[in-house]
Amino acid sequence: MATHLETPTEAEARLRELAAGVVSRAMKTGATAAEAVVREGTEFSTVVRLGQVETLKESGSRAIGLRVFLGQRSASTYSSDLTEDGIDRLIKGAFDLTRVTSDDPYAGIPEPVEQGALTGDLNLYYDDVYSLAPEERIDYARRTERAALEADPRLKNSDGGSFDAATGHKVLANSNGFVGEFRRSYCSISAAPIAQDANGAMQRDYWFSLARTLKKLESPEAIGREAARRTLRRLGARKIASTQVPVVLDPLVAGSILNNVFDAVNGDAVYRQSSFLAGKLGEKVAGSNITVIDDGTIPEGFGTEPFDGEGVPTQRTMVIENGVLKSYLLNTYTAKKLGLKTTGNAARGLAGNPGIGAGNLFLQKGERTPQQMIGDIKRGLYVTQFLGFGVNMVTGDFSRGASGLWIENGELAFPVEEITVAGNLKDMLNNITEIGNDLEFRGSTAAPTLRIDGMMIAGE
Amino acid sequence: MTQNQNLFFQKFGITPNDLQRYLGEALSAGGDYADLYFEYLTSTSIAVDESIVKSASQGISAGCGVRVLSGDRTGYAYTDDLAPEKIMRAARTAALIARGPAKNPVEGFKENAAHHLYPVASASAEADIAAKLELVMRCDRAARAYDPRIVQVRGGYFDEIRQILVIGSDGTFASDVQPLARLSLTCIAKSGENSARGAAGGGGRVGIDFFHAEKTPEHFAHDAARQAIIQLGAREAPAGEMEVVLGPGWPGILLHEAIGHGLEADFNRKGTSAFSGMLGKRVASDKCTVVDNGTLPSRRGSINVDDEGSPTQNTVLIEKGILKGYLSDKLSAKLMGMPDTGNGRRESYEHIPMPRMTNTYMLAGDDSPEDIIRSVKRGVYAVNFGGGQVDITNGKFVFSASEAYMIEDGQITAPLKNCTLIGNGPDALTKVSMVGNDLQLDEGVGTCGKDGQSVPVGVGIPTLKLDSMTVGGTAR
Repeated sequence: MATHLETPTEAEARLRELAAGVVSRAMKTGATAAEAVVREGTEFSTVVRLGQVETLKESGSRAIGLRVFLGQRSASTYSSDLTEDGIDRLIKGAFDLTRVTSDDPYAGIPEPVEQGALTGDLNLYYDDVYSLAPEERIDYARRTERAALEADPRLKNSDGGSFDAATGHKVLANSNGFVGEFRRSYCSISAAPIAQDANGAMQRDYWFSLARTLKKLESPEAIGREAARRTLRRLGARKIASTQVPVVLDPLVAGSILNNVFDAVNGDAVYRQSSFLAGKLGEKVAGSNITVIDDGTIPEGFGTEPFDGEGVPTQRTMVIENGVLKSYLLNTYTAKKLGLKTTGNAARGLAGNPGIGAGNLFLQKGERTPQQMIGDIKRGLYVTQFLGFGVNMVTGDFSRGASGLWIENGELAFPVEEITVAGNLKDMLNNITEIGNDLEFRGSTAAPTLRIDGMMIAGE
Repeated sequence: MTQNQNLFFQKFGITPNDLQRYLGEALSAGGDYADLYFEYLTSTSIAVDESIVKSASQGISAGCGVRVLSGDRTGYAYTDDLAPEKIMRAARTAALIARGPAKNPVEGFKENAAHHLYPVASASAEADIAAKLELVMRCDRAARAYDPRIVQVRGGYFDEIRQILVIGSDGTFASDVQPLARLSLTCIAKSGENSARGAAGGGGRVGIDFFHAEKTPEHFAHDAARQAIIQLGAREAPAGEMEVVLGPGWPGILLHEAIGHGLEADFNRKGTSAFSGMLGKRVASDKCTVVDNGTLPSRRGSINVDDEGSPTQNTVLIEKGILKGYLSDKLSAKLMGMPDTGNGRRESYEHIPMPRMTNTYMLAGDDSPEDIIRSVKRGVYAVNFGGGQVDITNGKFVFSASEAYMIEDGQITAPLKNCTLIGNGPDALTKVSMVGNDLQLDEGVGTCGKDGQSVPVGVGIPTLKLDSMTVGGTAR
């Protein structure tokens, strides 16, 4: 059997033709509008535990999703079967489903003038993420774990060190003439050591680095050592009495508060009145020191795409400026519902209507170092982990499990666990009394160290 | 031959010879064990928002995952194309975890007798889409009719049929057709400046009749609307340690987080669980007996066979307060020299199986729920929860109450704002002082996440009293 290995360019052309072809067939079948997305991806992952390979996984997959409109009704189908027969059923299935959906005056794909893609190289794809030989990939994971375990004799066990790599290719086409595509690559390492104290009590923590190219990945040794430091400082943690003191959130924990802000400005939640920030556009919703920006255009960003899930160019959106709510994050549908313009934040999975996704969402940094922020506090709590999902976006009520370190006279005194931190997001956004200078993207959301006053800590 | 062996053999042209060949390739570098997991999944989802059907979607996903075990090492690869050369390639990739001379799979497969826990022909997924839509519209109407303060309702219906075929190099040959259906809604109540949310839903491995007879759309709608209206008047929850009473059913998420995850065998094999080495020791008061039971008919967490082809079981985890067993898959059972409890589960063919819960619940005790409430001087009565989470290694767990009340002098008083409860897994259940005679299982909405894999699960408890737990409110 003669085989011909497909070149990357040929593979791209094939997926483009597939997406555009499905759209044009749906239109010929009688759709008034149609949109297809094709995704292709590969993944590699390995975990090394206590020096030995524990898992090796390697695979690839492809799938197509289709949305058709008959006037103001729409429905969608998806399939991993890309054969002729599979595509026939995909199109027929979507048409059949439109029988049960309702006329929605706000439904539709973007207008041609709104469509487009950022030009120029956004540096999202580097083929070097797969350039390592299998043994070298395993070695990355092994070195990360080893650096963690060698840091201290109390680190006796481990959930392992890992190395992951992935690439994705996405094509979007619609009946308003949009055809766009992009590739992205990703690689990461992590370590999750376990420390044990003299009484046998165990603590686990982790640290990681991720990048679009191997060249930007931090060294396994640095990541392992940081994982060790984060784990060791938890040893001997105890519960404290309930109290109300200033809390300082480390950057990852502060990032979770920023994700709450995202949920609150998500256009879907806003038009459904299920957000405490619904109806607050132009109003002061946070302290004047707070500025939150969503930027889907940052080169190499983990939240960067040249166009959103509907074929609208991504953009930089001022969400909160000096405490004033400036913009929600919207797709075409939610923008129409709210009488606003899309912000290029459509997130399209394979199935269903597009939702809302953030680009690179960040809270603008302040002036002071985390050490200075902690140094100011006589009695307080430095939070390094939130646990659970206790946030009510309708009311803003916030109550989550936490662990961290007690602050006594400006110093980190001892580790704390089995407590909760509670308040209301409306108040919390107004009570961020200090903002650190340590803004760093480790994912698509980034916040610096934050100090929040007035929260209730429940313990003994 | 069952319906879905037909599917894989006839639709995809797979033959028993092919299966031997794939397993042979998977063991070509000397693995101890190899298995093939074929999956064909069809799903339907309908969403109603603002009383109109805004979204309807259907999808198909099919593929095969090949796993090779070598000692405690796992090699895994999958393909979404069931062509023989693609499966062979996945087998070759997974094989590389091992380093040795080729081994041979056993000749011939053996199919064990399996449970028949759920309907197949009459599964909800087979029903007409218009009938499913009507269920969601009834949710919408009933929630809005419940109270004029209900201003927004979002309802959804989701179902799937998962057909699996699991073939192992030890002769394992198992197949199953697993239906799953869920009807759910969220509503928002408004009164002046005040807003609140309520949510409800349920289902299981059931036919559509379930939603006409046992749990109607109106049942779920009234529950969600009732919660939202009650929450409008909620006051600040207290902060600190106090007596906590959990209502029956879904609050069983306590067991799932406090002990269930910590008893999954993989964590204990590696010594990373706060429960490691505690078999035979006291981890709960003697009123507590907890099981994980994958064999309950029609329940969301039930399966006839697990995703490694082993029949599910009723496994005693805690008997009268003493830790009796772990939840195991094939790998951990072999390495720990313990029985395989049929808890090897995975999200899809793209995922490596691992020990997971099915339906985890506590057996009923002797106390009446009324007596339990009456015994509390000042505490919290929590009857509905959002999600929960646990840190396996230090045992700390949380679960967030979405409907809770103060108990003052033996009486249920004011509704409370959402608050998180936090505890320590290995000793939380030692504080159980009363166990109700009213065991209930949840309505059938639970999804458990572990290592990025989601699987449907069930939980249940009778009314329980814990003498002390930390309540994460804002009031002094």
